[in-house]
Amino acid sequence: MSKSINVALIGNPNTGKTSIFNQLTGLKQKVGNYPGITVEKKEGICKLPRGVKAHILDLPGTYSLNTTSLDESLVVELLLNKNDKDFPDVAVVITDVENLKRNLFLFTQIKDLKIPAILVINMADRMSRKGISLDIEAMEKQLDTKIALVSTRKGEGIDRIKELIADYRSLSTAPNLDASRISPDYFKNLQKAFPNEDPYKLWLVITQDVNFMPIEKKQIQDATSFFTKSKEELKKLQHRETVLRYQFINDTLKSTYKVDQLAAKGLRASIDKILTHKVFGYLIFFAILLLIFQTIFEWSSYPMDFIDEQFAAASEWIKNTLPAGLFTDLLAEGILAGIGGVVIFIPQIAFLFLFISLLEESGYMSRVVFLMDRLMRPFGLSGKSVVPLISGNACAIPAIMATRTIENWKERLITILVTPFTTCSARLPVYLILIALVIPEGSVLGLSYQALTLMLLYLLGFGMALFSAMVLDKILKIKSRSLFMVEMPTYRMPLIKNVGYTVLEKTKSFVFGAGKIILALSIVLWFLGSNGYSDDFQNAEEIVSERITNEGLSTYSNNYIQTNIDSYLEEVKSEGLAPSAVQDSVQTLTAELTESAKAQEIASYKLEHSYIGQAGKAFEPIVKPLGYDWKIGIAVLTSFAAREVFVGTLATIYSVGSDEEETIQNRMAAELDDDGKPLFNLATGVSLMLFYALAMQCMSTLAIVKRETNSWKWPMIQLGFMSVLAYVVALAAYQILA
Amino acid sequence: MASVIDLAYGQKGIIKDFSEHVLPIKLLELGCLPGNSVELVQIAPLNDPIYINLNGSHIAIRRSLAQLIELDIVEETQAP
Ligand SMILES: Nc1nc2c(ncn2[C@@H]2O[C@H](COP(=O)(O)OP(=O)(O)OP(=O)(O)O)[C@@H](O)[C@H]2O)c(=O)[nH]1
Ligand SMILES: [Mg+2]
Repeated sequence: MSKSINVALIGNPNTGKTSIFNQLTGLKQKVGNYPGITVEKKEGICKLPRGVKAHILDLPGTYSLNTTSLDESLVVELLLNKNDKDFPDVAVVITDVENLKRNLFLFTQIKDLKIPAILVINMADRMSRKGISLDIEAMEKQLDTKIALVSTRKGEGIDRIKELIADYRSLSTAPNLDASRISPDYFKNLQKAFPNEDPYKLWLVITQDVNFMPIEKKQIQDATSFFTKSKEELKKLQHRETVLRYQFINDTLKSTYKVDQLAAKGLRASIDKILTHKVFGYLIFFAILLLIFQTIFEWSSYPMDFIDEQFAAASEWIKNTLPAGLFTDLLAEGILAGIGGVVIFIPQIAFLFLFISLLEESGYMSRVVFLMDRLMRPFGLSGKSVVPLISGNACAIPAIMATRTIENWKERLITILVTPFTTCSARLPVYLILIALVIPEGSVLGLSYQALTLMLLYLLGFGMALFSAMVLDKILKIKSRSLFMVEMPTYRMPLIKNVGYTVLEKTKSFVFGAGKIILALSIVLWFLGSNGYSDDFQNAEEIVSERITNEGLSTYSNNYIQTNIDSYLEEVKSEGLAPSAVQDSVQTLTAELTESAKAQEIASYKLEHSYIGQAGKAFEPIVKPLGYDWKIGIAVLTSFAAREVFVGTLATIYSVGSDEEETIQNRMAAELDDDGKPLFNLATGVSLMLFYALAMQCMSTLAIVKRETNSWKWPMIQLGFMSVLAYVVALAAYQILA
Repeated sequence: MASVIDLAYGQKGIIKDFSEHVLPIKLLELGCLPGNSVELVQIAPLNDPIYINLNGSHIAIRRSLAQLIELDIVEETQAP
């Protein structure tokens, strides 16, 4: 039986660990040219030569084993804990050929822990461009290891990594540096006190002070008794260790690593002159944001219209083809309507993820951090908070995870608390449908009113995030260390494959994640909407028929008939038919229309007296002041699970309550309030948009905040604050506009 | 005493011996050690943060930290 080998991929941020992980395992992890893309452990299986299997672990990047942020401490905790089930049999240390000197620092530390280590020098494709040449054999000797020269981009050297992993037993575990040189006396004492432990490991345990976060740190080992030296003295020794390591590395590289300065071509400096320029930098950043909004709005409208029509047609088809009955109704009115409500937003969400992934892959995100840092500080945030705030435009969950790279706990907590204000993709469906309904078409300066409204909503979300951050910064009394440092990676042409995978993965998880909830809810809603216990519901047909015989059709129905006939007349005018023929066909048409209007009135009467209608009516007083009727109220309630459920819920409710198969948008436009005016007018629309801009309405986010802050306190405060704020603002907006 | 904030665009400096504990260990690990060179690449609007090339590592740090890195400024000798 072959036991699988535990392999850990370790390296500085942005050296290509995740890219190599993907190549080894075939799993597609998200990569990006921004330090700190991976903030969690990811696992995968890799088949090695001779039938051996390896269990591969992708880890967050770390500059050294002295950690200052949460994502880094993950690595150290793993390497110091022999009992961890993931403790590596072999560490694969991944380095970037352009930053080899700095990257080797971590390598020597791991080597000194006496863990078998393979050195991977990645990005070999950039060597000729940078005029770099290596003497691999000499380097292997000096570093006492085996080296694989790899280009993930070209897929070269991956087999060599696999061979080396399979052969890991032949690796030397001798340290690179004699740790006792850091301080001979101190290390001698350590060894005496704990003869069974490795002194360098003890040293790392002692010097870990990951106290930037109030999460109870796993007790790696009871090492407090070693604190025979003061913090100051320990720090001094750490400095000494650093100097010693660099001496060793410089000696190694002197003979094995050559850079031909003349051959080296650097684009980074000249691009950065423009992209981080005091004026142009911001203009470009703003132009990029504008472009993104315009695209999301304009380009995606074509595929969206298409999808909307397809779903309406499919519903119609099912109703006409399948035998009439409960199942057909459930399928056409419940499930298909609900799912269609989500699927329609795939184009927009895909575009959004595309842009964010392009920003990350190209290396531009770090420049944004640089540009924004000073501006964010008055709000108690750092430049690094901008990345969560930007990726929060896709989804708050990965965004909150991304805060792990923020070293300062207070800045991190504030970022976590305010990120849900940013306009996540789940808000898009709600916004888009409302904007299409209540904001007029037309444009100013080439930007449509509708796109501008969307942009304003994004700005509102961002502004609220900043404002709350400022308030929190004043209120929260948390002392924490602050060290701001961000790497500016070289610009890279985004790899289409990487970007493609990200877009696909994210879109898929959006659709399936939301799809599951919506599927379940739409079945429940459909059931509650098409059943009722009251007499009114049971006898709907007689009651409505009687009312129509006595009082005639409702004003809305009459208008509906009239408009249809008018447009028919308009049509035939151009064809020049005989007047008598026209009269006949108008008569048949009127009869048909009256019949369908009657069916429509029965359907909506039934809905009103169904279970859900009655529940909604009971809830209505709470949302009435905001301008919502009971149907919207139900949608607001169900969308507490996730915002995009709003559209799905309305689609299901309206579909049950209507006899015609129409697109969601047309159904909403046809809704009337008590006075027979369109329900979705400017005031209601704006009130709803503001409500969704500010309310928490996302269970998954609450769960992730709970996990990242390790208490229910923060998510509950967040939920309470955001809900109250949303209600009050929506109320004010409706009362002013109505 | 000159420090990183006194550099002009594109100008280089050589890091001086510093008193052992003023700088965070993170910075040392990135190569901020005596004898190594620092080049100023860009200063963000409002003069903060500062983007430097530290011995081959391109990083941005805040002004308050940059101030602590003392150096000897290298006069430009080569033609641009
Ligand atoms: N030119 C070149 N680029 C590469 C190569 N391997 C990876 N990259 C790019 O390097 C960037 C970083 O890759 P990732 O795989 O996300 O790096 P990582 O080490 O996992 O980064 P973190 O998770 O942030 O620590 C991406 O833009 C990749 O496309 C390579 O062999 N050559
Ligand atoms: Mg990664």
